[in-house]
This record gives sequence, C-alpha cells and structure tokens, in this order.
Amino acid sequence: MNTTTTAAPMGDKKFSVSVASRTNYMVLGFGILVLIVLAVFPVFGGTPWTRRLVDFFTLLALAQFWNLMLGYAGLISVGQQGYIGIGSYTLWLFADVLHINPFIGVIFAAIGGAIIALPSAALVFKLKGGYLAIGTWVIAEVLRLIVANIKRTGGGSGITIQAATKLGTEVRVPGTYWWGLGVAVIAIGVTYFLLRSRTGLALEAIRDNDLAAESSGVNLWRTKLYTYIIAGAGCAMVGAIVAIHLLRVQPAAAFSINWTAYILFITVIGGVGTIEGPVIGTVIYFVLRETTSKYGEWYFIVLGLLAIVVTVWSPRGLYGYVVRKTNFFLFPLQRKLYYEGERKKRKSVAAESGEAAG
Amino acid sequence: MDWLNAATQGILLGGLYALFAVGLSLVFGTMRLTNLAHGDLTILPAYVALMVVNALRFNPFYSIPITMVIMFVFGYLLQRGLLNAIVKTGDVNGVIVTFGISIVLQNALLLGFTANSQGLDAGTVENLSIKINDRLAVGWLPLIIFLMSLVVITVLQIFMGRTKMGRAFRAVSDDQEAARLMGINNKHIWAVAMGVALLIVTIGGVMMAIRTTFDPLLGSQRLIYAFEAVVIGGMGSAWGTLLGGIILGLAQTLGAQAFGSAWSILVGHVVFVVILALRPQGFLAKTVTS
Repeated sequence: MNTTTTAAPMGDKKFSVSVASRTNYMVLGFGILVLIVLAVFPVFGGTPWTRRLVDFFTLLALAQFWNLMLGYAGLISVGQQGYIGIGSYTLWLFADVLHINPFIGVIFAAIGGAIIALPSAALVFKLKGGYLAIGTWVIAEVLRLIVANIKRTGGGSGITIQAATKLGTEVRVPGTYWWGLGVAVIAIGVTYFLLRSRTGLALEAIRDNDLAAESSGVNLWRTKLYTYIIAGAGCAMVGAIVAIHLLRVQPAAAFSINWTAYILFITVIGGVGTIEGPVIGTVIYFVLRETTSKYGEWYFIVLGLLAIVVTVWSPRGLYGYVVRKTNFFLFPLQRKLYYEGERKKRKSVAAESGEAAG
Repeated sequence: MDWLNAATQGILLGGLYALFAVGLSLVFGTMRLTNLAHGDLTILPAYVALMVVNALRFNPFYSIPITMVIMFVFGYLLQRGLLNAIVKTGDVNGVIVTFGISIVLQNALLLGFTANSQGLDAGTVENLSIKINDRLAVGWLPLIIFLMSLVVITVLQIFMGRTKMGRAFRAVSDDQEAARLMGINNKHIWAVAMGVALLIVTIGGVMMAIRTTFDPLLGSQRLIYAFEAVVIGGMGSAWGTLLGGIILGLAQTLGAQAFGSAWSILVGHVVFVVILALRPQGFLAKTVTS
C-alpha cells in the first residue's frame, strides 16, 4: 500500500506513483475504528440487533465472493445456493454426527465447499458465457435433490442442528455474530489481497479483456478456477454460519434460488467489479428489506426492477457512478500518478488501465 | 407403469421439452442472449390463456392462437423496449437483466394469481388415450404435444432455410455488423426472434396447462429442462433439441421406473451432467459458439 516512489522528472514536472491517497489513510483509520466497535457490538448491542447484523455480514460476504467471480474473473454464477446448502449440511454432519464444536465445524464446511467446487468447475467451465450460469444452477439443483433424498437428514422437511441448540443463546448469538463478522472481513480481505497480488493483476486483466489477458500469458482457466473454488468455500462457510444462526436446515431454504437473487441484486445495484459496491449494495438491500419486505411480492418486484434499471443505465452500479465522477476508491487497488506539488489538490490521474469504467 | 410404458411417456415428454428448448435456442442463436426468464415465459402464456378463457368462455384449445399472438407482441415489445439495449453489452448483462425479469414475472404472477395451482379445463380430451394393449396406453394430449413439436421444428426449419426473414435471422446470427451493412435492421430481427420464441413456447405452455395444473413457481424447472435439452442436443440444431428433449424425458421416466418417482428429476440431471462431461458439444451440434 505504501509504495510511493519518486520517478525521474518528466519534462519540468516531477511525479510520483502511489496506491493510497491521504484520504485513504484517514478512511483506513476510520475503518479500523468501525471494526473495533463492530467487534464488541454483541456486548452492548442487544440480541435483536446482533442477529440482524449476522444477516448483514453473511449477505455482504456472499455478495463479495460473487463479485470476486463476476467482477474480476467474468464468471457469472446463479448457483451459489448450492454451496450455501452444502455448507449448512456439512455443518450438521460435523456438529451432530461427528460431535465437533459447531464453530469449528464452520471451517470444515468451507473445505467441503471447496471439494464440491473443484469437479463442478470442471463441468460448468465447458459451457460458455450465459449458459455457464444455467450450468451452475443445474449443479445446485443436483446437490439439493441429493440432499432432499437422504433420509438421515430428514429429507425435504430438514433437520434441527442439535449441537447448536445445546449451545444456549448467550454463547450462540455472539458466536455466530463473530463468525459472521469474520467471514465478511475474510471476504473483503481475500478479495483485496488477491487483487493486489499477481493473480489480482491477472484477474483485472481478464475483467478488462479476457482475450488480451490470455495472449499476455494469463492462464484463464486456472485463474477462473481459483476464484470459483474460493467463492464455493466462502459460500459454504456462510451456509454453515446461517445453519447455526437458524438452528435448522431445510433443503428448500438452504438451496433456495432466492440466495442468488439477493446476492445478485446487492452486487449489481452496489456496483460490480469494486470492493465497495457490495458493501453499499448490502446497506441499500437492508434498508429496502426493513421497509418493504412486508409487502412480499412487491419487494421482489422492486428489487428485480432496480437490478434491470441499474444494469441498463449504469452497468457498474451506484459505486461505479461515484467512481466515474470522483475517481475515489475506499479500497485503493490501482496505482495513481501524482504530480509533485499538486498532491494537496488531490489531482490524480489513473496510471493503470484498471478504471472503474472497465 | 412398466418399462415400455415408461419409455413411451419419456419420448412424448421429450416433445414438450423440445417445444420449450427451441425458443431458448433460437434466442441464443440469433443474439447470443441467455434468457433466464425463459422458464417463466413458458408459464406466462398459461395465465394469459386462463384470462382469455375466463373472458370469452370457450374451450382452452381455441385460446391458443389468441395467446400466441399476444405473446408474440409481448416478446417483440420486450426485446425492442428493453433487451435490445443489453444484447451488445455482453452475455453477463443479459444474464443479470433476464434474471431480474424472471423474478419480476414470477412475483407479478404470484401477486395476481396467488401460489395456488390453476388448470385449464378442456373437458374429456384431457383423459382420452389410445389403448394399445393392457399395459400400454398413449394419452391423446401428450401425443398431440409431441406431434406439435415435430410440426413446429419442421416449420421453423423451412422458415430459417427458405424465407427472406429466415435468411436475415441467420445473417444476424453469423455477423451482426455485416448484416447491418447489408441493410438488415438487427433490432427488428432480434425482436421478431424473441416474438417467435415466445410464440413457440406458448404452444407448449398452454398445452401443458391443459394437461396438468400450473403455478407461478414452475418457471425455473422449465428453464433448466429446456437448457438441458439444448445442451444435450447440441447448440444451434433444432432437431438436436428434440433429440435432447427425448433423452432428458427418457432419463426422467425411466429413472422414475427404476428408482421411484422421487429420483426422476435427479436422474435427468445426472444424465445431463454425464453427457456434458463426455460430449460437451452435444450430439447434433451445428454452430460453434464463440
């Protein structure tokens, strides 16, 4: 992050290249403060709000993983509910059959998700573009139907996670809260550091132009595979946390396409291809949910129309609109060019091609 | 149900899946748009027909041509008013927007008609069947649906191969820019393609509504079956979608016969997955998609 280098003067102007601006450091400080407050929130926040925030964090994490696949590797999946369901049921397996602490079971759920993602990727990657999306949906349906036909897990009516009920509210609610916060931080952190790495450059290159990226030596297939597996593991982790949170898993709910609907709306409305987009999207989604979800179908109709309108008129979402106007990123990924002496005026030029407009 | 009977039902079911799949394939073929709302657009005509029947009080079969016209106009306007704007921006936007349409349609139908199952009553035809022997009977309706799929595919082939409009379809599919330079109005062609796709889907959707009941939540299943039929059969091949539909239908009915009805749909998916793994281009692939 702190890579300010002074280069040779060009003409009579000196310039430097850096990733973060002064504002970014202020935002970072503020962010750490918010994180500390959020970390101790269950102590004073009360159960209803703590539970609500679990929903918030898990959705944010799901959206962030989906954004990593779509925004950076160009992979569009409408089957992430398959991994959420697998995570929930893996948690049940480890908690109630193998008698491992449910909070540790979350880690095994992530591994389970990654294991399922590997052969699934080999299959769906044979399909191109939009057909790949339906392929991921088929995989999710296959997983749902298999689980719904297993008698041990109660078939279609689902099963209660006994180990989670035994935990007691005073342990379970803060525990799921911290896991929820943890998975959201992991999702943002993994995305950020992945994008700052070599793989990240490859991902951004694929996002901007996959053909050009491939001819520059990026292994398209392998890079896409990595993001798909990370997203699968992450979604399974969320599924496990949700299972502890709700105490019960049911195939129809755990493998519901509504998960994809939420993830898609959050990411698309907030802004695909930026880390900030899903954060903003999740906030908007929550405001909508708290105010209009009692209207049932209307709530989904509004979400659907919003996603359509945003995609047609502002394909990079609300945050993309902000970036286009200000070129400001909360999570700076691109190296920016600053002319000496002008830095205070915050005049910066995008030095890399990773502009939000893509 | 014994094996021969299950196989017969499976083949006939394949005709229905082909009717759904042809529309999906046509839209993908002409404009590379993956229509995730396709399943819900097979349910919508059933509700349109229901309203037509309720308003005019006649046999549901007569409502089919009226519904076809309504759906054609709906498809044309949907394409021109909205989808044309995203066709050129890549397949990701297409998936997002059509997924949004799917959610909007489904919930609008839930709002208007509730989640309760509805039916179209065509009288005794629904249960008439040709009895071949004690163990094998072929229902008239499934047979008519299957024959309709043959008629639709034949007509579509003639339309694509012999007419001026069909030539324009193929030209737009091969090279959008070149077609435009030759004086073809791409936006009009895409809109007609969407209209024709929904017109075909209406035949299957309303026939199916007469045969069994329907509700707003069936869309996603139908989308997946149509998609599987397209992929099994091979992209861009109309007869391929029929073959794909038959293979899928057979897998489901024979799967039910072998393992019980709870496994029927899963066996269908598994057969699809195996074919995708071993022969990803499908059986009768014509075009190589980029």
